[in-house]
Amino acid sequence: MRLTCPLCGARDRREFTYQGEAVALSRPDPDAGPEAWNTYLHLRENPAGWRDELWYHEQGCAAWLVVTRHTTTHEVRKVQLARDVAKAEGTA
Amino acid sequence: MTEPVIKPVTESATDQTPFKAIPPCAGLLPLSIGALDLTEQPHAQMTLLIPWEGQETALSKALEKAHGVALPGVGQSTQSHATRALWFGHNQVLLTGPAPDPALADLAAVTDLSDAYACLRLEGAGADRVLARLTPLDLRDVSFRQGAVARTEIAHMAGALIREGEAAFGLMVYRSMAATLVHEVSDAMQSVTARAALGGE
Amino acid sequence: MRLSKGGLIERAKPLTFTFDGHRYQGYAGDTLASALLANGQRVMGRSFKYHRPRGPLTAGPEEPNALVTLGHGPTQEPNLRATTLELFDGLAARSQNRWPSLDFDLLAANDLLAPFLGAGFYYKTFMWPRAFWEKLYEPAIRRAAGLGALSGQANETRYEKAFAHCDLLIIGAGPAGLMAALEAGRAGADVILADEDALMGGRLNSETLSIDDTPAHAWAAHTVAELASMPNVRLMPRTTITGAYDHGTYSAVERVSMHLAAPNDAPREAFWRINAERAILATGALERPIAFANNDRPGIMLASALRSYVNRYAVVPGRAVAIFGNNDDAHRTAADLLDKGVHIAALIDSRPDATCTLPVRFIPGAQVAHATGRKSLEAITIATQSGTDRLQCDVLAVSGGWNPTLHLTSHMGARPRWDAKTAAFLPAPDAIPGLIPAGAVTGRFSTHAALEAGLTAARDALSVLGLKHAQTDLPTAEDAPYAITPLWAVPASGMGKGRAWLDFANDVTVKDVKLASSEGYKSVEHMKRYTTQGMAPDQGKNSNIGALAILADATGRSIPETGTTTYRAPYAPTTLAAMGAGGQGKGFAPERLTTSHAATLKAGAPTVEAGLWHRPSYFPRPGETHWRQSCDREVAMVRSHVGITDVSTLGKIDIKGRDTGAFLDFVYTNMFSTLKPGRVRYGLMLREDGHVLDDGTTACLAPGHYVMTTTTAAAGPVMRHLEFVAQALRPDLDVALTSVTEQWAQFAIAGPRSTDLLNTLLDDAVTDEGFPFMACGPVAIKGTPARLFRISFSGERAYELAVPARYGAALFDLLKARAEAMQGGAYGMEALNVLRIEKGLLTHAELHGRTTAFDLGMQGMMSKKKDFIGKTASERPGLMAPDRERLIGLRPTGAVKQLLAGAHLFDRDAEATRMNDQGYITSACFSPTLGHAIALGFLVRGPDRIGEEIRMVDHLRGVETTCEVVAPQFFDPDGGRARD
Repeated sequence: MRLTCPLCGARDRREFTYQGEAVALSRPDPDAGPEAWNTYLHLRENPAGWRDELWYHEQGCAAWLVVTRHTTTHEVRKVQLARDVAKAEGTA
Repeated sequence: MTEPVIKPVTESATDQTPFKAIPPCAGLLPLSIGALDLTEQPHAQMTLLIPWEGQETALSKALEKAHGVALPGVGQSTQSHATRALWFGHNQVLLTGPAPDPALADLAAVTDLSDAYACLRLEGAGADRVLARLTPLDLRDVSFRQGAVARTEIAHMAGALIREGEAAFGLMVYRSMAATLVHEVSDAMQSVTARAALGGE
Repeated sequence: MRLSKGGLIERAKPLTFTFDGHRYQGYAGDTLASALLANGQRVMGRSFKYHRPRGPLTAGPEEPNALVTLGHGPTQEPNLRATTLELFDGLAARSQNRWPSLDFDLLAANDLLAPFLGAGFYYKTFMWPRAFWEKLYEPAIRRAAGLGALSGQANETRYEKAFAHCDLLIIGAGPAGLMAALEAGRAGADVILADEDALMGGRLNSETLSIDDTPAHAWAAHTVAELASMPNVRLMPRTTITGAYDHGTYSAVERVSMHLAAPNDAPREAFWRINAERAILATGALERPIAFANNDRPGIMLASALRSYVNRYAVVPGRAVAIFGNNDDAHRTAADLLDKGVHIAALIDSRPDATCTLPVRFIPGAQVAHATGRKSLEAITIATQSGTDRLQCDVLAVSGGWNPTLHLTSHMGARPRWDAKTAAFLPAPDAIPGLIPAGAVTGRFSTHAALEAGLTAARDALSVLGLKHAQTDLPTAEDAPYAITPLWAVPASGMGKGRAWLDFANDVTVKDVKLASSEGYKSVEHMKRYTTQGMAPDQGKNSNIGALAILADATGRSIPETGTTTYRAPYAPTTLAAMGAGGQGKGFAPERLTTSHAATLKAGAPTVEAGLWHRPSYFPRPGETHWRQSCDREVAMVRSHVGITDVSTLGKIDIKGRDTGAFLDFVYTNMFSTLKPGRVRYGLMLREDGHVLDDGTTACLAPGHYVMTTTTAAAGPVMRHLEFVAQALRPDLDVALTSVTEQWAQFAIAGPRSTDLLNTLLDDAVTDEGFPFMACGPVAIKGTPARLFRISFSGERAYELAVPARYGAALFDLLKARAEAMQGGAYGMEALNVLRIEKGLLTHAELHGRTTAFDLGMQGMMSKKKDFIGKTASERPGLMAPDRERLIGLRPTGAVKQLLAGAHLFDRDAEATRMNDQGYITSACFSPTLGHAIALGFLVRGPDRIGEEIRMVDHLRGVETTCEVVAPQFFDPDGGRARD
């Protein structure tokens, strides 16, 4: 498996560390309530299909990435810097 | 086991003989196998620069002014005489050679890493084949041109590779892993040399 | 017998080899099988279950019968296919699965017991008594059934792994693959052409075809020569592509030196991972046998194999050859043999409408029903509509049609689809992204079709790669249609006695498949597992389709309805040595060595692994014979004088930037923005789910400049976590994170005399007023700038002194000598651990991922004034419930004075069962300071039970004692020794 890091280009999977669904980017406010925090911490969609997930280019450039991957075919549609995604969400 | 030597300390003043600096690959290199040479690069000042938000352009100008090298693009390096600026990861540049101009600290986080890395040079016909046994990086001439820098895995270790010539590469891993790197590279050098003797790939 | 001329062997290079100790001669270019056949040796193995004598069925990698062991001792390699084993001078091979010899095998008696040994025999028979299975039945069955064996000795031979990258990977160097490589190579693409054979060309080397009016093998050789001259083409002969994976990744095994008499330290095999932008699957097809009674007799082989032996190796494996087929390839075989002057006893074609123009005895609409002969074929029985006929022959070439070699297309889950016209499975469309099947693998079997498909596939790939076509001309070649009438097994009627083999390698017959069906194993997956069909080293390459067809027939379904089993990687048997290359010994994991490592070894200290780091356990002194003696002395040394130890392995993260205070406040539970330059603070870090991630000290060196320390174990995870927070959660904060773990060599100097020792070194002495507990700042030793931190992990007055790593070795030597001069010395991990347990200080034994700040008694460190990672989740009632297991200390009260980490805790009078579990011990040691065992652990309502006597039970080690619950700080609880 290979991932195309927006900085480093196509790289072998072994350079990356997987971290799960990209919901971790949308941290609720401290007072968002138990429901929101429970969802944030524990609930994952686990779709058989497209999903945004977090990968860390640990053996590479140390960028956190948001990878849009199809969970049944492993096709990767998009890879973005998590910083860019987070900043865009912050301004949205 | 030898008896530990216990001498009373008589002097309170410090012995002012300077500390002996020991390079990361002391006693391990140089190494030549077949047409391949593995050496330790001479010790050089290495400084990690992380530009402050929005200061990339200003940092590039300041670097050029103080040290004659611009900020390198992603996966690239810039060089002027013995001074090099290596792209070194997400938002990071490694300045090698001179002591950094203090003014850079206004534009970037400036951190001394002169002692953090073992810096090796692998040179000779088949150097790329040696590295093909150690890293998943695409080292073909088209993908990894002279001056290119990659942060990648080298024999299971996080490291950096620099294309220094047609058949010359710089290898960097954390200092503590120097012995492992030398072991792994020399093993691959033996393999490539033995294969070359067979006349094959 | 060897023909006097012809073939692609090098007659000028005779080679000597042995098989079962007998000496033979062959030629360079031979395989072991071709050389043995040339010497008249046709039995090469015994079958798996019935020990029937077997000769080669094939001339290629799918061989089920001729499996041999190569070499002796540590490098001995079993189950190699004689049909692909290249001959070299001095090759020594042995047959397998026979005793005492290949010629006379006592276990052949199994063959007579065949009526009892059918499918499922073991399951049905060896059920009772149950205990007998492991002790008696299984070992006996394993001895009788099976393949070759390894030596059991460690194999020191070099294997290697390597990576390759290319624009276009072409898998298979037959007509389609060569044509594709030629076009792509000429177009300038970066091409890898891999083929499992030593000689590229595929079937072109085994057929008497012409391409552009030259012999096909010559065209192949010429093309390979042109490709070899191209710098952008890399030829990888002897390389089997074993698997297809995501995103253009392919695995391959290259036989580097196993075909050489003198490998001279070259790797035996290489395991490749190849990344390709595009790939072309030009793997061709494998011929399949037809099942009939005793169709496994030596001398019966595939028609294509016979042509390989005759045309490529110039070997005719008998005197009288009969040919039996259901398609035109049988006729091609007859023509080739006639050309070589070989006597053809008959050409039997199962198709009633088949015609033949060759001058041979032609029997259309007939079937071979039975074969006789034991160690060699003697005669066959031909069933025609008018009756049966017996024919003397010692070779029978069989062609049941061709199965495309599509295995790789199934490796990512795609199922092949059935094609009635070719009576074969074909690759599913787009089975592997970027992989284009071309040639016979798509069911187009003519040479012209292969060349054309190769050219087209290359052009498709070039277009995707953005390269111009090279305008290579399509050579002319035969374009015969493929006419086949399916025939899987000759019907039992008229077959006479005898079993009809499907899976030669695992001894599975037509009857076994039918039995499986009648016993309810109607799914192809169930049939496979019940009969073991397809589970031998050939992985069913010869038998899958036949067995499937028979199962379909037995269950009254069509072949597509019945489906096929999934082909999985690896395509061909692969040695573990190749797959695990580089992972043995030092290659298993990198070693991280501190700058004091050499001095540590010199001092005779044994080392212990902490993650990848190697750290000293203890520094033995003369007269000390047990680690505890050294450890106890080192603890006492620190408590009463001074000790030094290398703490460079702790993670050190340099944090700079205008928002550093806010950043640290967000990642730590406690406040750091209030920390003044020159001061150090202990911090606790949580995961977002409210559990403790790590702890450590962070020093403020200057405004906006901090150095955080992490535990050795969590250095990587904490850096990852901080980068995540900085990049993904708080990109609004301008902070720069740099790991400086390796930049600094750092040593703890601990003990009442630590300040004295330090002041013998520092250029400017420190005082308690200028450098109180939890102070930090720059110092200099011999002019070398250093960093000093007054922190303590031992409970004693202590410092950590850091210098640039190049001076680490020199500083350690100096510190050690100075400490020894003050009745102190170096101490290791054992003493370090005892010192911190005595103080109730934590490591990842306690911060094991399921503990909260509340559990650790650190709820006071959770700031109420700010948000931080883990704050909200840590406030959940369940994470602060009074009945949680919380940190306590323990000391033994019973007769047994031992406390053990991992032991569980129970109420004093409760039974030691899981339901009564009250907690567990995480760290335990003997405290030389207190003179008894101490432990840290977690106990339900722990802090409320100080003074209570409880029970410790270690079920694993069988140790039990009573102990008293105490506060976790055993020694100097108010911390005065470190502070004052």
